Amino acid sequence: MTQILQLDAVSKAFGAVTVADDLSYGLEEGEALGVLGPNGAGKTSMFNLITGTLKPDAGRITFAGDDITALGAARRSRSGIARSFQVPQPFTHMTVFENAMVAATQSAGLAGREAERLCIEVLDQTELLDKANDRAGGLTLLNRKRLELTRALCAKPRLLLLDEIAGGLTEAECTALIATIKSIHASGVSIIWIEHVVHALMAVVERLIVIDFGRKIAEGEPKAIMDSPEVQEIYLGIEADA
Amino acid sequence: MSTDIRISRTSNAAKVAAVLGALIVVILIAAPYWAGRADLRLMGEIFLYLALASLWNLLAGYAGLVSVGQQAYVGFGGYMLFALTIFSGLPPLVAIALAGLLGALISIPVAALIFRLRGAYFAIGTWVMAEVFRLVFAQVSALGGGSGTSLPTDIVRSMADGRSAREALSYWLALGAALIVVTAVYLLLRSRKGLALTAIRDNELASASLGIDIWRTKFFVYVVTSGLTAIVGALIFLQKLRISPDAAFSVNDWTAFVIFIVVIGGIGTIEGPIIGTIVFFLLRETLADLGTIYLMVLGLVAIVVMLKAPQGVWGFIRHRFDLQLFPLGYRVERSKDS
Ligand SMILES: Nc1ncnc2c1ncn2[C@@H]1O[C@H](COP(=O)(O)OP(=O)(O)OP(=O)(O)O)[C@@H](O)[C@H]1O
Ligand SMILES: [Mg+2]
Repeated sequence: MTQILQLDAVSKAFGAVTVADDLSYGLEEGEALGVLGPNGAGKTSMFNLITGTLKPDAGRITFAGDDITALGAARRSRSGIARSFQVPQPFTHMTVFENAMVAATQSAGLAGREAERLCIEVLDQTELLDKANDRAGGLTLLNRKRLELTRALCAKPRLLLLDEIAGGLTEAECTALIATIKSIHASGVSIIWIEHVVHALMAVVERLIVIDFGRKIAEGEPKAIMDSPEVQEIYLGIEADA
Repeated sequence: MSTDIRISRTSNAAKVAAVLGALIVVILIAAPYWAGRADLRLMGEIFLYLALASLWNLLAGYAGLVSVGQQAYVGFGGYMLFALTIFSGLPPLVAIALAGLLGALISIPVAALIFRLRGAYFAIGTWVMAEVFRLVFAQVSALGGGSGTSLPTDIVRSMADGRSAREALSYWLALGAALIVVTAVYLLLRSRKGLALTAIRDNELASASLGIDIWRTKFFVYVVTSGLTAIVGALIFLQKLRISPDAAFSVNDWTAFVIFIVVIGGIGTIEGPIIGTIVFFLLRETLADLGTIYLMVLGLVAIVVMLKAPQGVWGFIRHRFDLQLFPLGYRVERSKDS
């Protein structure tokens, strides 16, 4: 298997707040990695560093064999990294379908019918097809999150970064989401998934890392990680918050 | 039973508008055969304002580049027409096209400079650049320095035989410029780049994360609109046959009135500048005799529209009737067949 993503000693701080502290790990092509950590641990910041929304203070990020540390967010997106935002960022004045078309044309680089067909397919998969002509600004939070996933998929990524997309779902919706992500994973897309809904995460990922204060404090097989004492502590803390 | 899905990019209203629009264009093309000399001149001026307004709308309303300095390119285009015909002996039509190319070229270093500025500072930067252009051309004594110059009669004569033929040509050029600009803006906004522009306008963070190069997209729009603005500038001074730094780089004529048109008509829509141009000239032609009061009425109209219908006349109509004469979006249509 080939390496799709590698972080080497990546660090980033906002003044006194350290969001990434000598962070290193790798991801194999086709692997699904789960990320756990308490609120404010730096999980979303890690995605910002991988997608180029943030520039690291130190360290190196490699994607598909290329050093992308100096590349901007747009270039990284076109090279195959897509994300869903934890706080949805829809194009509010455009319709749901047009939101998807932005990803298909600008990131995946498709044109015409090909782009339209992909968008319809993905909207069907994410259960937003009925809302295709609705303005994205009028969507409920649940549908905004679906739109985040839709756009990310319409970018035809090699690496998909999911940031807390299962929060607030009903049991049935959560089961459907797990099935969707499993099928994306089965199609060969590499995934990193930040999720507080641990049972959803455990159903999909092959490996877990745990982050606290920007540091990687545990990494390994999901079950073993979940049973380790330091994770139990943090995880129970999260449960108590929720 | 299967669901058949179709993507539509037009509407019945748009089809009707296209047919009516084509009819109006045919009538306008024939204007030199039915309109008087003064009317022809006025219509030519209207078309050139429509072109300027559509370009400024693309720049400010779509790319978010609120420039108050596009008179730099109007004046530059005008001066290039004079310089290239007088010094290089180029035919006026070639000079006009070349003025556009040079306008686009000169806008590249200008963009590199002013794109470092944000918001109000960007606007001020564009205005300062336009003043620099004005001061530079006022130094060129071969073009009359500060007091300007006229287009030599032999150059004017070379365009067409006789005064009415020249005026018809000048009219057709203005009409052509307006049609080309409006069509180009429409096609651009319907294209892949247009989708990117609309996305940037909504959310820059999401745009960048979906592969859109924000700086490059805005830069492209700035250079294209500046080049086309220079062509319109050349046509404006081809009509006037006289140029001076104050007329060429007038912030009043080429920016304030243009912003008025776009804001009244509806910024960020293709229809807006068309409606705005009509409103502006209706006001001007009915109130022109009133002198300064005319400007005060313009200001009053602008304030009332901004308070009552901030999206302009067309924004109001579109909101009310869900109407788009230049359809840019996509509609997913599902027809169920058994
Ligand atoms: N642009 C920024 N400027 C300053 N501080 C920031 C910025 N972005 C994030 N932070 C801070 O960095 C810390 C980590 O934030 P981050 O969003 O990465 O956490 P997280 O692990 O995703 O948390 P959550 O589980 O709540 O989503 C927080 O304290 C946050 O306030
Ligand atoms: Mg987060």
